[in-house]
Amino acid sequence: MSTSTQPSVDSVGAAATTPDVEQPWAELGLKVDEYHQIREILGRRPTSAELAMYSVMWSEHCSYKSSKVHFSLWGENTTDEMREKLLVGIGENAGVVDIGDGWAVTFKVESHNHPSYVEPYQGAATGVGGIVRDIMSMGARPLAIMDPLRFGALHHPDTLRVLPGIVAGVGGYGNCLGLPNIGGEVVFDECYQGNPLVNALCVGAMRIEDIHLASARGAGNKVVLFGAKTGGDGIGGVSVLASETFSEDGPTKRPAVQVGDPFAEKVLIECCLDLYAAKVVAGIQDLGGAGLSCATSELASNGDGGMQVELDLVPLRDATLAPEMILMSESQERMMAIVEPSQLDAFLAITTKWDVEATVIGEVTDGEHLVITWRGETIVDVPPRSVAHDGPVYQRPLERPAYLDALVADTTAHLPRPHTAEGLRETVLVMLGSANLCDTSWVTDQYDRYVQGNTALAMPDDAGVVRVDEETGRGVAISTDCNSRFAKLDPYAGAQAALAEAYRNVSTSGAAPLAVTDCLNFGSPEDPGVMWQFREAVRGIAEGCKTLGIPVTGGNVSFYNQTGDVAIHPTPVIGVLGVLDDVALRTGSGFSVDGARVFLIGETRDELDGSEWSRVVHGHLGGVPPQTDLTHEMALSAVLQEGAAAGWFTTAHDLSQGGLAQALAESVLRHGVGVQVSLADLGVDPFTALFSESTGRVLVACSPGTDGDFLAAVGDRVPVIELGVVDTETDGLAVKVVSPSGEDLSFHIDLGTLLGTHTATLPAVFG
Amino acid sequence: MTALPSSTVSGMKVGVVTFPGSLDERDAQRAVRAAGAEPVALWHGDADLHGVDAVILPGGFSYGDYLRCGAIARFAPVMDVLVPAAQGGLPVLGICNGFQVLCESHLLPGALIRNDHRKFVCRDQGLRIENASTAWTSDYEPGQEIVVPLKNGEGGYVADVHTLDELEGQGRVVARYLGDNPNGSYRGIAGVTNPRGNVVGLMPHPEHAIEPGYGPSVDGLGFFSSVLTRLAQGVST
Repeated sequence: MSTSTQPSVDSVGAAATTPDVEQPWAELGLKVDEYHQIREILGRRPTSAELAMYSVMWSEHCSYKSSKVHFSLWGENTTDEMREKLLVGIGENAGVVDIGDGWAVTFKVESHNHPSYVEPYQGAATGVGGIVRDIMSMGARPLAIMDPLRFGALHHPDTLRVLPGIVAGVGGYGNCLGLPNIGGEVVFDECYQGNPLVNALCVGAMRIEDIHLASARGAGNKVVLFGAKTGGDGIGGVSVLASETFSEDGPTKRPAVQVGDPFAEKVLIECCLDLYAAKVVAGIQDLGGAGLSCATSELASNGDGGMQVELDLVPLRDATLAPEMILMSESQERMMAIVEPSQLDAFLAITTKWDVEATVIGEVTDGEHLVITWRGETIVDVPPRSVAHDGPVYQRPLERPAYLDALVADTTAHLPRPHTAEGLRETVLVMLGSANLCDTSWVTDQYDRYVQGNTALAMPDDAGVVRVDEETGRGVAISTDCNSRFAKLDPYAGAQAALAEAYRNVSTSGAAPLAVTDCLNFGSPEDPGVMWQFREAVRGIAEGCKTLGIPVTGGNVSFYNQTGDVAIHPTPVIGVLGVLDDVALRTGSGFSVDGARVFLIGETRDELDGSEWSRVVHGHLGGVPPQTDLTHEMALSAVLQEGAAAGWFTTAHDLSQGGLAQALAESVLRHGVGVQVSLADLGVDPFTALFSESTGRVLVACSPGTDGDFLAAVGDRVPVIELGVVDTETDGLAVKVVSPSGEDLSFHIDLGTLLGTHTATLPAVFG
Repeated sequence: MTALPSSTVSGMKVGVVTFPGSLDERDAQRAVRAAGAEPVALWHGDADLHGVDAVILPGGFSYGDYLRCGAIARFAPVMDVLVPAAQGGLPVLGICNGFQVLCESHLLPGALIRNDHRKFVCRDQGLRIENASTAWTSDYEPGQEIVVPLKNGEGGYVADVHTLDELEGQGRVVARYLGDNPNGSYRGIAGVTNPRGNVVGLMPHPEHAIEPGYGPSVDGLGFFSSVLTRLAQGVST
């Protein structure tokens, strides 16, 4: 940013007397009408510091200016019954839900896509750091993280460039924070080449009375900045990185990516928990995107008065930073608290104990403005709400893309399907070793899943499950999901399929689904086709949540995920959180008990459009995605919850990409225990039985002796088909298949072949 | 191993040190409780062991593992009193980062360096207990095979050949990795002890394997019960 044409300090007084100074609003990402709107709000031109604040806070990333108009769909689809579960809803740092026994749980998923493309390790690391601070700032102890990751094609050079760094960054930061990583996704698709998606979810817990909010109340209360010093990293990261599309001849943007120090954040977590326990925090906000600009304006906007800040007091890593840079810096590991004067000494004693630097930089006032001074001059004097909450709102044009008709018409009906025993067997193996169905432990073994000692389930199980209360075993299950191929074919149906899958995955563990968070990754909102996809996806999620009776508690929108004119598939990642009264009763995904009867719950239809088979074998995407029946999903969830509580199941595993064949192989591989199944009773041909991706299906195994209870209790609530038996004598997967014409197509794949095929893929590429 | 009669361990106190950046101290405290003793939180800046009967240095990234793992922690005030106490026979167990701190403090020989494959690794790890007579392993059988979590970025145990030969010759290799070497440790060494057998360093994490349903097994509890057995016997170590 150039300030060379202006006096060294561009004060409010100077701004009033020099209305015609040229200002770099365009370079800062503002549109001309947005700049004029700022002049109108202030009744003068903004100072350079004010311009910096507005530009970052009115960026797409911070202001949701393109997506906001569609968020009324959340409210319209939230019933009173759903609202009752919400202790804190959308709009705070993270939503909070009541999980019973006085416990409150907060969780949220966010994106750090563009920074991770520019600088994979630091981008991913600070993505984890940012979401963890959001959870901390609600008053919670962070419990676990998850990381839904999406990359270009497995063998593409850009994937080789970004994946190792992104995985190491997620691990390097999360491991050092002492947070178990309990799940997530690793997806490869050409549409993410040049636009990897790095989403990060954090869940935390607190007693209900310990919930903290981001508001600055009480004139005279102190504004305390604590944590790391402010440096020049991440300046303009929000507006420059998150709101622009990458072009090949663009400038290198490395300096705009923040650099993380997980050790500083770990200390900050423990320090904050001590501060909360001592009850010396009246309001708190983390410093993330837009740094001090965001924290000061949001705290003041949410409060009951104004705020006065003396910017000279901010501890700096680089003494040469201009005030605009200090306001925009996204240096990590910083928090801002509002502290009553009488509690300041106690506050500072705790920060001193943890060797955390804390500085009073201002106080809450009984005025209405956020006033910031620098070297004795007022450089910011603004209504905080105009910066933080009343940014521009766009009703972007939206239009169903013209290509969709042809895409939907191009179904998989014409694609050749295997009809021989060898053909079926070969297809199972090709799928099992394919990029999106292979073993991901090359990635997940780089994450600590055990720290804190509360992890009851983690990847590769369907949901991550952690204990919240050590006395009772009460805990939460979480899963994140999205099949963006389905969303490309039909964003409404695809979003509901993602919701249904995450809901089902949480249910397979035995948990009762309670709430939703979403990370909506899309292309440019200036493309009417993308905006239509966005609207359809939001509508799908909102209406789906209403049917399921679980509220959306918060999340994140990431636009501009495209390279040139080519947008990513619409990728609405859905995280569902469920509750278990005792996580010790959770159901895992692997076969374990010899003699357990194996059942498939749910109906199998000929639904191969958008499937993993059509991609892996034919490189095809077209047709109509599988239908989602949310009423059935609710019935299925109820059965899975009852089963976990009653101890019916030794195994429960969701069917999704790759269908039944993949689910069977994964359940065998989990503990190396074999199974014998027959496809005779599924009512479809053998190929469809094995590879269809019909939703609403779960593979279960019942302990000998409890199968009768299960069948009696289920009755006709959900369709149940017996498949076979878990058999420790069987080496791997034995499938009895008879073709419609009566031909024996049975096949067997030994454990060694399953394992070798499943585990070889990623190490062959990444070493 | 068998559960200990509570009377034999009543009143036993095991200190667990928290350095800035420690991560597994609550897990270690839970393991101490599960074994039947009382955990006592010790603070890095407090040069006082508060009368505990044994001390655990937990896993984590003390001081961010900046400079070198454990290199800054060894200068913490609590180490000024812990090192002489350990030299005097106080049972001390260093897990992961704690092992690194013990090596940096020269209570144990050798050093821990970056995994040979240069990635962090978290997995369920088979171990063979090679020395079942230390203060922390006496509840195991010699040669017993156990499974506990392993999670480290810098877990490669290295020492010169003379030191390695000496450790082997004196039976001071406490535990060895089974199967593939997970981090490039020389001779597959997962843990070592001092000549007296009271100070043990271990790279894997027994404290994550003490409760059914959490972790791959409950095989890790033996480390925490062993020291209580030893203390209850009143054997001078």
